[in-house]
Amino acid sequence: MKPEDIISKGECVYKKPSLLTDANMHYCPGCSHGVVHKLIAEVIEEMGMEDKAVGVSPVGCAVFAYNYIDVDWVQAAHGRAPSVATALKRLNPENLVFTYQGDGDLAAIGTCETIHAANRGENIAIIFINNAIYGMTGGQMAPTTLLGMKTATTPYGRRVDLNGHPLVMAPLMAQLDGTCYVTRQSVHTPGAVRKAKAAIRKAFENSMAGKGTSMVEIVSTCNSGWKLTPAQANEWMVEHMFKKYPLGDLKNE
Amino acid sequence: MESEIRLMKGNEALAHAMIRYGADGYFGYPITPQSEVLETLEAEMPWETTGMVVLQAESEVAAINMVYAGAGCGKAVCTSSSSPGMSLMQEGVSYIAAAELPALLINCMRGGPGLGTIQPSQADYFQTTKGGGHGDYHLIALAPSSVQEMCDFVALGWDLAFKYRNPAIILADGIVGQMMEKVVLPEQRSRRTQEEVRKQCPWAVTGKKNRKRNVITSLELEAPAMEKINNHLQAKYKEIEANEVRYEALNTEDCDYLLVAFGSMARICEKVMELARKQGLKAGLLRPITLWPFPAAAIAEAAKKAKGILVVELSAGQMIEDVKLAVNCNVEVRHYGRLGGVVPNPDEVLDALKGMIK
Repeated sequence: MKPEDIISKGECVYKKPSLLTDANMHYCPGCSHGVVHKLIAEVIEEMGMEDKAVGVSPVGCAVFAYNYIDVDWVQAAHGRAPSVATALKRLNPENLVFTYQGDGDLAAIGTCETIHAANRGENIAIIFINNAIYGMTGGQMAPTTLLGMKTATTPYGRRVDLNGHPLVMAPLMAQLDGTCYVTRQSVHTPGAVRKAKAAIRKAFENSMAGKGTSMVEIVSTCNSGWKLTPAQANEWMVEHMFKKYPLGDLKNE
Repeated sequence: MESEIRLMKGNEALAHAMIRYGADGYFGYPITPQSEVLETLEAEMPWETTGMVVLQAESEVAAINMVYAGAGCGKAVCTSSSSPGMSLMQEGVSYIAAAELPALLINCMRGGPGLGTIQPSQADYFQTTKGGGHGDYHLIALAPSSVQEMCDFVALGWDLAFKYRNPAIILADGIVGQMMEKVVLPEQRSRRTQEEVRKQCPWAVTGKKNRKRNVITSLELEAPAMEKINNHLQAKYKEIEANEVRYEALNTEDCDYLLVAFGSMARICEKVMELARKQGLKAGLLRPITLWPFPAAAIAEAAKKAKGILVVELSAGQMIEDVKLAVNCNVEVRHYGRLGGVVPNPDEVLDALKGMIK
């Protein structure tokens, strides 16, 4: 008697995406990056684009994204991912080109490249992880850090008179003629994860259809930087981050 | 397109040479005195003929990172700028060198420092040959002294860049970029097909069809591994130094006094040499064509019997350091240079040369 004879064949309802490598992730437990990586791997696989996808990894915690998702990658200088993606897509239009950027990368040092690539309507997808803090360098203020939020460089809380206001990127991007899809998602509940996955898929499909630039902002947690437990970080995000960065589509053409 | 003879500016020749080489992309940002490169490409509309991508970027920073990406997918891509713009690009240049990508860069130098002037200069010699960006790396630096060389060095630069997987730079100046001369443009080469790119550049990011994934990166956090990468780069630079030195030697066999100059200054020094010889002063000229690798052995050889060397540059004295190293300071080496965009006439240089006679 063989095992197959006594074990009935069930329906596979969940598996690790084939494009997620076996490398141990360096992300802290509780961080949103791992979930978003999995979603990107699933979407590329489900679209059958594994041979055509080229990712652009940023400087910041996600710099090593290329170790985890099994497609071609270019590691970009800090903030320059949209410029890198511009050339990749224009020179090889058959490729699925996406950037994966944090708030420091996209909204501080790379604001110029982000706005201009989107304004040109480059056929790329931008995945924007907004956790309101610099993770890799040790928890300094990000452009998206909330007022009053304590970070390594705002030890008494972010103040308007010292640090200016949190930069809200999605409405800026939505008003540009070159963008076709700007949405804000999160990955803190199973329902939110499913919605975020659908948004990533739409962004990838838009870029292959030549509709212009799509940006999927994922309002994320950095429990290490925020100095909270993963569960507390999710609660804090819902209570504070969603007020400044409410979820939903800002533009869907 | 057949080969043809035209009269044009050096900057225009660069653009035509790119198209005819079968270039895949150009990414640039306007800056005087090299804006004709982008203007000519936009007017020629190569995307309608060869399929070459031409894009005016939002900054030099964006442009160099587009070149990083384009070279990363194995394409023949280029950017051009002038001194202040090149300073902005240096981070990207370091990345391109570190990731061993075959990009072509062009600097049509103007006077600095700072915003400086739009008049010609050669004061980016240090930036080009000694680093410019961070880390231990080298660019293959070609110095054209005619419109014909502006044209020819486009093909040479890309060929060397692909041969060694290393960025090459054409270090021109405002004179060579702006002056008009006769130029023989080569016949049109076809762009490589995507299959040819994949075959020539198996490391390139083109989508991982039929192979393991490729990653273009310069990051390595483990120090011993990073040292290994650096040792690999240094071994490559040694190979380039051994194989790719280029120079032109004129009347160096019997010269008592040796002029060393590159680019537009070498053209002026040709006249200086002619005037000197008419007056009975045996002058020779050694013109480095590759500024890196530097023709140190050739200069040492040419200077064997010389009583003195005059290095003529549009700078306060930069290449002179390499010349002194080349001759181990065994011969007197003096510098003559004009700054801030001023170009000397041959008589001024001749006076400086005569001043060396003991």
